[in-house]
Parts: sequence; structure tokens; C-alpha cells
Amino acid sequence: MEERRYRSASGAPLALRCRQHSASCRELAVRCPRLQLRSLSAVTSAVWLAAYGLFVLCQNSMVLSAAIFLTLIGLIIYLHFVKIDQESLLVIGSLGIQMTSSYASGKESTTFIEMSRVKDVVINEAIHMQKVIYYLCILLCDPQDPQGVSEVVPLFQSSKPRLDCLIEVYKSCHEILDQRKTASQPDGVK
Amino acid sequence: MVLKVFFPSCCSSAESGILIGRWIPEQSSAVILAVVHFPFIPVQVKQYLREVQQVTNVNISVLGSWNNSKQEKEESLSEFLEDLGMIFSHEPWIQISKEGDSKFWNCSTLQKQSDNHREEEIILVYYDQRKVMLSHLHPPLDTADLGAEDASKLSAIFNTVASSKVLFMTDRYDDGPIKMTHWQSDGVEASIIVELMKQASVPACMLLTFLLSLVSGVCNSRVLKFWPLSFLWSKLSTCEQLGHRLQHLQVISSSKKAQNQTQLMRKANIFVSLLIDVALGILLMSWLYRKNQIGHLADTLIPVADHVAEELQDLLQWLMGAPAGLKMNRALDQVLGRFFLYHIHLWISYIHLMSPFIEMILWYVGLSACLGLTVALCILSDIIALLTFHIYCFYVYGARLYCLKIYGLSSLWRLFRGKKWNVLRQRVDSCSYDLDQLFIGTLLFTILLFLLPTTALYYLVFTLLRLLVVVVQGLIHLLVDLIDSLPLYSVILRFCRSYRLAAGVKFRVLEQKDGKPLRLLMQINPLSYGNVVQTYRLPTYSCYPKDSWASLCKKLFLGELIYPWKHKGEKQE
Repeated sequence: MEERRYRSASGAPLALRCRQHSASCRELAVRCPRLQLRSLSAVTSAVWLAAYGLFVLCQNSMVLSAAIFLTLIGLIIYLHFVKIDQESLLVIGSLGIQMTSSYASGKESTTFIEMSRVKDVVINEAIHMQKVIYYLCILLCDPQDPQGVSEVVPLFQSSKPRLDCLIEVYKSCHEILDQRKTASQPDGVK
Repeated sequence: MVLKVFFPSCCSSAESGILIGRWIPEQSSAVILAVVHFPFIPVQVKQYLREVQQVTNVNISVLGSWNNSKQEKEESLSEFLEDLGMIFSHEPWIQISKEGDSKFWNCSTLQKQSDNHREEEIILVYYDQRKVMLSHLHPPLDTADLGAEDASKLSAIFNTVASSKVLFMTDRYDDGPIKMTHWQSDGVEASIIVELMKQASVPACMLLTFLLSLVSGVCNSRVLKFWPLSFLWSKLSTCEQLGHRLQHLQVISSSKKAQNQTQLMRKANIFVSLLIDVALGILLMSWLYRKNQIGHLADTLIPVADHVAEELQDLLQWLMGAPAGLKMNRALDQVLGRFFLYHIHLWISYIHLMSPFIEMILWYVGLSACLGLTVALCILSDIIALLTFHIYCFYVYGARLYCLKIYGLSSLWRLFRGKKWNVLRQRVDSCSYDLDQLFIGTLLFTILLFLLPTTALYYLVFTLLRLLVVVVQGLIHLLVDLIDSLPLYSVILRFCRSYRLAAGVKFRVLEQKDGKPLRLLMQINPLSYGNVVQTYRLPTYSCYPKDSWASLCKKLFLGELIYPWKHKGEKQE
């Protein structure tokens, strides 16, 4: 299990951890920077100063309690639905690929894609706002039609690592994905 | 290919025995359903499996051996288990052994017929048998696909476990020749309340069907189908809602059992929706009839109607003067204004005529809230429609007048330019008019043009009022639709028993040890709430206006009447 430091597309520091559980099972996790205390206190003080200003104007103490309530609710919603701590990819040869996003509040959202639907894992370019960034994506196909691409699933959307990190992940994934091609060749007639 | 063994976590502490389950050769995976313990007679085991196979249509066979040695590894037992592989010939023969309380098991396969004896990798996947048996994968596969090989691995596994219910019916207290361990081997569980309800539901359904046939017989009788009455029923939204609920009751009380998961969920959703509806309605009723709220409502209704009429009169007086500084044509203004004022006067007289009976009518109408909150809301919407009927009339008069004026203007404008509308060819053609035709036409055009602002202003004011009423009614209908179509049972199921509605699975990697097979835990990934509501939404009877904003604006401009609520089944005009 190694951990290496990389940067995201916007410059924030990331850490990539690669674990090999067995010959055909690998887990790659990208950890995003945690919530900073100074940005949290900056936002809270800004909201409370604005509320105090309103209170001075209209002399209604409901404004202050409403501001506290709003800050708490906003923080809970941010931690539970917006802030992603870690995005990981679990590749199990012959079973499938699983993507997990862990939020700051502990919630985990998982998607599992079976190997028969996975056509390939590639690195694509995209125009995102004013930048051109690279992103890793899984190409899915219908099991009945192995040549066509039915869906494109982008990975690591919230951490957006740069090309060097993506190349590491790409190589790791392909070591396992290529195993299934070599496994099918001795059995197949074609 | 890598061999995958799906092992139920309930059998982890079972005694030694042989493993039975289903082997899926295309995916090289073995789904283990139960462990059969010693002593057993191989012939009886094979016969039992054949019987189970006939009932469930699942290809169950003996897959391998399971060795759970509490003390040191027993050599004789493991040799005996290998010999068993000769009796139950299965290719490949899976051998799993566990020592003491160790988490890491040994797993190996015996291949007799393969040419190359390479060591293939084995993945051990633990799964919770009860949860996988009860859960349903979404999106559900069509039954047509089930005949052929299952395209998806996961659905094959879920189907295998779900179809083998009869295998799980024998527990260890039965005196059969075969002793098995599976998730129910400690005793079949059942709930007395559920069984009692199942027994009671049959006569209840029959009674309900009988009552419903009576009610629908009365509703479909010829007496109620005469022209004025049938027109009235189609316009009142209360009747639509009652008919909708009657349909729901018919679905629930039908004696046919639900064929598949979707139908069962639909029935359950309708039942819970009706229950909640009636409960909320009774709550509303208890609030209304307490402290004479109905009396208060009736007392405030007449003054409110009076107030609305007074406001309308003030509005008309304003229009008859110089509204917003615009100069109106005095004569036309007075005519239209007096016409509408007389209308309002008639309306107020009718309301005052009815005022002694209002309280009694409201009292009886309020009783129908026990049929459900949706019915009460529909009645409210109908009362609003009846009370603002004069606004609707004014809108229709204003719109027709304006529409006539616009058509007249456009036709005379064409005459002004020397053109004519060709009805046959549906286009504008040039035409030569006589001098007197041109003279009269131009005169009429000028008159209509200068009278346009007055008519347009009346039309604008009454259209805005009508749109306001339509918006209020629309909000009420939206609420009714929400209560009608929300699949509450599915949402509660997702909240309490989230494994029943599965979007997929998720794997967790357990502790590994070198040299032992890869250990994974398969858990059910539940469907998200949005997907649950979308999949199990109940269909409603109203369709929202399909007019786009552009066509709506065009209709408003030309003065065509707008019918915002078209119900499914009504003929499109």
C-alpha cells in the first residue's frame, strides 16, 4: 500500500493510495483536502456580521436566531451532500468495477458496474469552464452489442486529479482489465 | 476464468457436510444455498434435489464439500470428503475448509477433466441469504429474458436465491432424511398477525367487491346519464376524483393475486394512499365539526361573496371612468359597464336568496370529507369555481367580443389592402372590390379600430381575473394529484427495509491473508428515494395543459377561449 502526492486540476493537494488485495483485485483511492477551519470560520463570521447588521437596522432579534439556524443547517447540508472526502475505485477482475464517494459526514455513495458491461477505461479531454482538463472515464457497452458504446461514466469528478495521477490509475486498471482478455483467449474459438 | 463462490454468511458456523447450490458455468460462479450434514444417503440427497429442481426450475446440484473442524485438522474427514467428490460427480468439485475460529478459510477445487491443471484464483463472496432472497433488483428484467441465459450476473444470483424458497422451508426440527443449514434452519418464522390478516382479507375483498358493484351499478344507471346531469358530472372535479378512487378500490378488492413485484407494490401503494387519505379526511372533519366551525364558515361565506361583488363593481366603475389615464369611448364603455353591473346585481340576488340554506348545505357537504382529503379539496375547488362563476361569464363575454372584433379587423384590413381570404385554398388572394364595398368596408374598419382599446381593456381585466382563479384552482389540483400519486408504501419500505428495493450491490473487501482466497462481502445497494418515487408513481387522471407558452400567448392575443384543464378521455375540441 503506497500513498503518493499529486495535485488536482485547480491546484489543491491530493493523495493517491493504491492497495493490491489480490492478483485480480485492486483498490485506488484519491483523498481530497479536508474542510479548512479558516474558511469555515470566515463564512460563519461573514454571515453573522451581516445578520448583526440587519439586527441593528430593524431591531428584530429573530434575525439573529435565524442566522444561527441557517448557518447550522447550511453546514450540515454542506457536509452531508456536497463535501467529498475521498473517491475510490475498486477493480475486481471478472466481477466488476465499484466507485465509492465518501462525504465528510461519513455518508458513502456506491455504484457497482459489472464486468460484462465494461468495455474499456480511457482518459478523455474535456473543456471545463475556461480550462481543458483530463478525466478518466469508463466506457460501458450493452452485453448484446459489445462493439458499441452505450454510456460514458466519468470518474473522480469532484477531486479532478491531473494527468500524472490519472496515468497511474489508468495503468493499474488496465493491468487487471487486460487479464480478462488473456483469460478469454485460450477458451475462445476466435 | 476466476472462480467465484457465493457463500451465505449464515452457514459460516455450520457443521461439516456437503454444499448444495447452483453452478453457473458461463460466469464460472457457484451460488451456495445450503449445507447438508452427515449422516445422509447419497441416493436420497439426489432424489431430494431432483424434487426441488422440479418445483423451483433452478438447476440445484451438489457443488462441493464443507469441512468445519473445531480442533486440529482431521485428516480422515478430509479424505472422506474428497471421496464424496467421486459419488456426486460435479465439475469442478469445490472444497472449503475452516479451522477453529479462523477467519481465513482454505478453498480449493478438484478438476478431473481439465487438460491443463493451472491454479485458478478463487474469490469467496459472502452474502446475507435472507436479504438477497427478499430483495428485488431495479430495473426489473422482463420475464421474456428469463427464458434465455441471464445477461446480468447479479440478477442470476438474486433469481437463484429468490426461487429457492421451497428449499428453505425445511428446518432442523423436521424429521426428514436430510439435515440442512440455511438462513431459516433454526425454525421457520411467521407472524400471527400477518396470517390472520391474510385469512380475513378474502371475505373482506368479496364484501368490498359486492359493494363496489352495487355502487358502480347505480352510477352507470340511465337516470344519471341524461344530458344536463352528465354535463354537470363531467365538469365537477369531485366526480372525477370519486370515480378515480372507485377504480382504485376495484384494483385492491380484486380477487386475483398479484402476479409480480410491480403489481404487488402498486396494490400496496394504492391501499396505503387510500388509508392516509381517509385518515386525513377524518382529521379534517373532526376539526371542522368541532366548535361549530361549519357555522363560522357559512357565516363568512356570504360576506366574502358580497365583498368580491363590491370589488368587481368598483372595478367596473373605474373602467367606466378614465382607467389609468386612458380615454375610453364613452358610449361603448357605458353599455359594457352597465351590462356587467346588471350581471353582478343578478348574481348577488341569487346568493342572497340561497343564504338561509348555505349552512345546511355546507354541513352535509362537509360530511363527504370522510371519503378522503382529496375529495374535500376537490369540493373546495368546485365551490371556488361556483362562487367565481360570474368572473368566468365575464371572461367569456369579454373574450368573445374581443375575438369577434379581432377577426372583423383582420378581415377588413385585408379588404383595405385589396385582398381576400380564400377558404378553399386556405390562403390570402387578391380580389377586386366594388367602390361601395370598399367604402363601407373602410368605414367599418375605422369604427372597429377606434373601439378596439375599450374592448381590449375589458378583455384584459377579465382575463387576468380568470387567470387568477385558474391559478388558485390549479394549486388545489396539484395538491390533490400529489396525494393521489405519491407511492407512500414504497417510500416507507425504502426507509425501514431498504434491502427490499435494490439498485445493485456493493462489495467490501474483508481482511486478507496471503495464500488464501480473496474475501469480499456483498451488500445490497438500496435504490435512491428519487428513483423509488419515479418507479412506483401511481398514474393520475388529469393531464396538465400541453400548450406551450407561445401557443398560450397566441390564444390570449387572438381572444380564443382557454380551457386549462383537459381530462384524459375527454374529446379534444
